[in-house]
Amino acid sequence: MNNLNLLLVGVGGQGTILASNVLAEVALQSGLDVKMSEIHGMAQRGGSVVTQVKIGQKVFSPLVEKGEADAVLAFEQLEVLRWLEYVKPEGEVIVSTQVIEPIPVILGKAEYPQGIVELIRTRVEKATEVDALGIAESCGNPRVSNTVMIGVLAKKLGFSKEVWVRALENKVRPSLFAINLKAFEKGYAI
Amino acid sequence: MKALLSGNEAIARGAYEAGVKAAVGYPGTPSTEILEAIVQYPEVYAQWSPNEKVAFEVGVGASIGGARTIVTMKHVGVNVAADPLFTFAYSGVNGGFVLVSADDPGMHSSQNEQDNRMYAKFAKIPVLEPSDSQEAKDYVGAALSISETFDTPVMLRTTTRIAHSQSMVELADPRATDLKAYTKNTVKYIMIPAHGRARRVFVEERLQKLREWADNTELNRVELKDRRCGIITSGMCYQYVKEALPEASVLKLGLTFPLPEKTIRDFASQVEQLFVVEELEPFLEEAITVMGIKVKGKALFPVIGEITSAMVREKIGAELGLEIPATAKVSVAGLPAAPPRPPVLCPGCPHRAVFYTLKKLKLTVTGDIGCYTLGCLPPLEAMDTTICMGASIGVALGMEKANPALKGRVVAVIGDSTFFHSGITGLIDMVYNKGTGTVMILDNNTTAMTGHQQHPATGKTLQGEPAYAVQVAELARALGIKRVVEIDPFDLAGLETVLREETSVPEISLIIAKRPCALLEKATGKSVRIDSEKCINCKQCLNLGCPAIALRDGRITLNTPICTGCNLCMQVCKLSAIVKAGDDNE
Repeated sequence: MNNLNLLLVGVGGQGTILASNVLAEVALQSGLDVKMSEIHGMAQRGGSVVTQVKIGQKVFSPLVEKGEADAVLAFEQLEVLRWLEYVKPEGEVIVSTQVIEPIPVILGKAEYPQGIVELIRTRVEKATEVDALGIAESCGNPRVSNTVMIGVLAKKLGFSKEVWVRALENKVRPSLFAINLKAFEKGYAI
Repeated sequence: MKALLSGNEAIARGAYEAGVKAAVGYPGTPSTEILEAIVQYPEVYAQWSPNEKVAFEVGVGASIGGARTIVTMKHVGVNVAADPLFTFAYSGVNGGFVLVSADDPGMHSSQNEQDNRMYAKFAKIPVLEPSDSQEAKDYVGAALSISETFDTPVMLRTTTRIAHSQSMVELADPRATDLKAYTKNTVKYIMIPAHGRARRVFVEERLQKLREWADNTELNRVELKDRRCGIITSGMCYQYVKEALPEASVLKLGLTFPLPEKTIRDFASQVEQLFVVEELEPFLEEAITVMGIKVKGKALFPVIGEITSAMVREKIGAELGLEIPATAKVSVAGLPAAPPRPPVLCPGCPHRAVFYTLKKLKLTVTGDIGCYTLGCLPPLEAMDTTICMGASIGVALGMEKANPALKGRVVAVIGDSTFFHSGITGLIDMVYNKGTGTVMILDNNTTAMTGHQQHPATGKTLQGEPAYAVQVAELARALGIKRVVEIDPFDLAGLETVLREETSVPEISLIIAKRPCALLEKATGKSVRIDSEKCINCKQCLNLGCPAIALRDGRITLNTPICTGCNLCMQVCKLSAIVKAGDDNE
């Protein structure tokens, strides 16, 4: 099989790292090779963050380059715009509708582009819009919006659902598994 | 058993498996997680030192004392540790000694790009470059073994992509190692000139032995495939080459100094065209060119920043005349550009008040390395210089001495961890040479930027055990500073008064702005809200650069969930239009 290349993009503090850990666990449980790369350091201070996950029989470079991503999971709208060139034209774009304004926008020095999801739809065939934050809040905790997104991705990637649930169970704190499972199921149902 | 580990976690595991008994470092991206991960192996004595030089020296002591030792730091940390490094390269080791240098091509979180393989050559010690987490783990053991066999410190050089990428690692049980016996050996460990001259000869002999050994070690590996193209590479670039040109012949170097000359000559003779793929300096390329071998490297690849697989495919593909089909890409032409998302001081960050006030008073600010360097960005923009760890104080003194117009206008701003790293000597200089500047220690009780590590004044060790917390104010008084003021930076009016007073007096002052990092201290204050009847959108509060306050549709709005209730904006608002949120908004 060809490698499965995934990009998880968002803003520092949104839980992209947990999501990528769950993805890696899915790969491991499926007996595949996996590499993950993330740039942190400044991430905690609200900068853009990206985690790259590559899954396959044998993975060399851990980096996903322009035009190579089978799916982009964007935890914030603006970030999908930033990383759109990385997705394959036939790739999946999954966007949380959450908006986190960067400082130039906060200061009124730049505009936050409007209608991002509609714009993206003019460029890629498969774009899914997810009110991840709203769904997470309805589950009882806005922090599980990342797990909602994992649920949406899981449905599209083709590994069995049981593998995803087991991976989730292995990667979240036991006390938080129930609420994360609820969030995952709601995402999976989209 | 297999596990998915980052390069840093793998190095920690490698140290544990190879029987390392001492691990020492100073935090610095991308090296920090090595020591954080080593804490899970209580068999290994591990500690943060105040800076890389001290860390290296503690490591030297551990090695001479007989322990297998690992010392970790980022690339610029090796600059700080260079003094003991160059002489320990003469002394050599007792227990094996590995220096991990984590380089940062692309400057993801560094002030410069430097290729620390040059240090290995300069200090005449071997350098190993792993290409994934498995090798990161295995090379620790290999480096220790080289160290003990050849009586030399060894550098293990990673880059950000190695340190922070995760890949599969086969775990093994730790090998039992005993401490080596310590015996007094003054001609080896006391580097007076007479002894140094003898060791100088030893170093050259050692290097010659290492050169011969380089041609026999499995750290260097030839993968002969299509003979039309031969690529010599190391580290993460090996992965880019394998990804881009899977059919190319490759000489993968695990040991990049000293180089295996015979292996390189053999490889070169078996391929039609020879290339080097390496990030940053033409380190391999120059050495191979000096051997009289024709090779292309930096003619194709940049010396600046990182290399990618796509770059390898395109550049070498063109040299070989290969048809490289263009990757189909999504057209982004005509889409609005995404505004940049630079890192910012967090909501509730205690540094914000300091930079707001420094800007208001139009002071010249010499800065330092840490989260607070973000005070240079809009809208705070209250910083004039940032050079390296600890530089703020010396730079402030130099400015004042050189330019009378700056006297009484310069404030040095330095974090608590950075102050212990290398600010103390600068402060002593300012006292000694009669500086009249103001030094501010932004004491948030942690090493924040690298992810909250302990330091000599946090009262905790690397393992979180209680330790004595150095008292900065007492230290300053003992140095001879009479004006030492401690203040809570959230008291905006008080902070301004103190800054006005201390910059106006014709003697040195130390202001300690004391308030824990907002990410450490769980916010206890009630968040605030905008009283829309009072707010006239004067935008004064926006000058704080707080991510919780935004201008939306021309109106000031508050992002309540991320507000920590630090109340700075309430203090800044002249119309009392920012008030404490009611319970219904909690």
